[in-house]
Amino acid sequence: MLRTLGGIATISGLLVVLVYQVTLPIIAENQRVRTERAVFQVIPGAVSKRDFVLTDQGLEPAGGGAQGEILYAAYDSAGALKGVAFPGGAQGYSDVIRFLFGYDPACQCIVGIRVLKSTETPGLGDKIEKDPAFLANFQSLDASLNADGSGLANPIETVKHGTKTDPWQIDAISGATISSNATGRALNEAAQRMVPAVQRSLALLRSPPQP
Amino acid sequence: MSVRGRVQMQAESLSFIFLNAALVNNFVLAMFLGICPFLGVSAKKETAWNMGLAVIFVMLVSSLSAYGINWLLTRLDLEFLRLICYIAVIASAVQLVEMFIKKFSPGLFRSLGIFLPLITTNCAILGLALFQTAKKYDLIQSLVYALGAGVGFTLALMLMAGLRERLSLARVPDVSQGAALTLILAGLLSLAFMGFAGLGGSHG
Amino acid sequence: MAKLPNRQEALTLDTFVRGLWKENPVFVMLLGMCPTLAVTNSAVNAIAMGLATTFVLLGSGALVSLLRNWIPKQVRIASYIVIIATFVTMVDYGIQAISLDLYAALGAFIQLIVVNCIILGRAEAYASKQRLVPALVNALGMGMGFTLALLALGAVREILGNGTLFGVQLFAESFQPWVVMILPPGGFFVLGGWLLLFNWLKTRSERKVLERTGARANAG
Repeated sequence: MLRTLGGIATISGLLVVLVYQVTLPIIAENQRVRTERAVFQVIPGAVSKRDFVLTDQGLEPAGGGAQGEILYAAYDSAGALKGVAFPGGAQGYSDVIRFLFGYDPACQCIVGIRVLKSTETPGLGDKIEKDPAFLANFQSLDASLNADGSGLANPIETVKHGTKTDPWQIDAISGATISSNATGRALNEAAQRMVPAVQRSLALLRSPPQP
Repeated sequence: MSVRGRVQMQAESLSFIFLNAALVNNFVLAMFLGICPFLGVSAKKETAWNMGLAVIFVMLVSSLSAYGINWLLTRLDLEFLRLICYIAVIASAVQLVEMFIKKFSPGLFRSLGIFLPLITTNCAILGLALFQTAKKYDLIQSLVYALGAGVGFTLALMLMAGLRERLSLARVPDVSQGAALTLILAGLLSLAFMGFAGLGGSHG
Repeated sequence: MAKLPNRQEALTLDTFVRGLWKENPVFVMLLGMCPTLAVTNSAVNAIAMGLATTFVLLGSGALVSLLRNWIPKQVRIASYIVIIATFVTMVDYGIQAISLDLYAALGAFIQLIVVNCIILGRAEAYASKQRLVPALVNALGMGMGFTLALLALGAVREILGNGTLFGVQLFAESFQPWVVMILPPGGFFVLGGWLLLFNWLKTRSERKVLERTGARANAG
């Protein structure tokens, strides 16, 4: 009896390991392409990216064993820094919504948004991905730092549809309030953490990669 | 997209996790887990209640084991074995619960019959383990999630049992007897439960 | 080592066909309900899930059939589960390698194939007692029946709930999609609807058979 179970476990183990090893590089490549596509969408004009992580000490290049939230620096064809893409998330109507936001340090503003994962109600909450007026909020949303660089000068907030007055506000979609609010919360929460760190590490982000 | 490294969010409060699993994203009516026992055991309130309790217990045990296994496998870098280990542990947990119930309450054991070992193939149990891993809950959050899921499952089962007991006395077209009617009822229940969206989740 | 009874079955067309209609896993045997409801919000997802399940059915059916004389009775369920979990893990990585978008759409239900009662049921009731080829043919029939059932649901839900089929717009811009169809309640309603249809067809054909034999009895 033990022989049989052992035999089955061995066959099973072999099959799984085989498939895992074969698919590992393919999956990694798929994920790389997917991430790149998302980053290039939120930072217009970018053609290449480098990964960084936000540690307790600040920004560090990814892959060196540093642990923390990942963010992507995007560069144009001349190698100049076009912007930084960072992820965010917040509880929406049905489940957590995951976003990728694009930030341009030159104008100190948000320049792009992409919904990575959402299970919002089709036809209502999922408008945050498609509604052109809503998406236009994120073309140059103000995210300037306060005086001592510890956070945003004005927290990004979502306001009722049609009542937007300031450049750091997001005009909600009428009929999709919860999803719109989630977007604003996700962005503000992530930006408060990321933007100061990004501004502090501009030199690191702009310098060519260490060989 | 695999965003390696944690996406930081406000940590979910325990009450939110519980309400979310039990009502807002009810495992049966919103997530489509545990449908087979839902259709099969919901004819009488008493069986439904017993099944619900057994499921809650197995969920708690599985949640605990899954947390431990995941921790171990991550340490050993053997994450591709996770599914096999989870299902093996669930099967064992159900076996243990079966022996336990048989010894301490033979009446309950007889009334549950074949449905007890069938808890192994209840997608809600495995689904629970998989979701709590994906959401990266810590130990306490996982246990609360399991409790919420189990309570939600029992709630759905009891509601359906109550409805079906009433309907068994009513005149219903022959064609819709059995599963067809149960499914349409389930659809109405699911529609009602959609009203819970946003419950407990209003921060900011 | 306990030997299982070997009631070998002759391989006929029925071995394959019965999984499509007479013993359709979803509409007749009412198995595999969870993925049937969960991933049929679009026709593409439905087919993908059906094919993934068919792969697991074939793989696990083959292995269980090959090993049937060596698996002792006491541990047979545990063995089947491990074998099934192996193939599900393989499908899980396979789909990730093919398309991450598809993987995200199917979500946890790929891994949940392992507790799909159809697969364990087939392994226990058929593959463990039959030779390799009949087991494979039956598994293929069941898998196709399952895929067709999923497609039936997926197509209806996508057409009514989204106005598209396989992503292709079917109606004019003014079509208001019946959104509830692609939400959880819609899954229940559409499956209930298909079951109603099946039951009605079955009762009608049974009544016809009764009338025919009754008429023959009266005539004879």
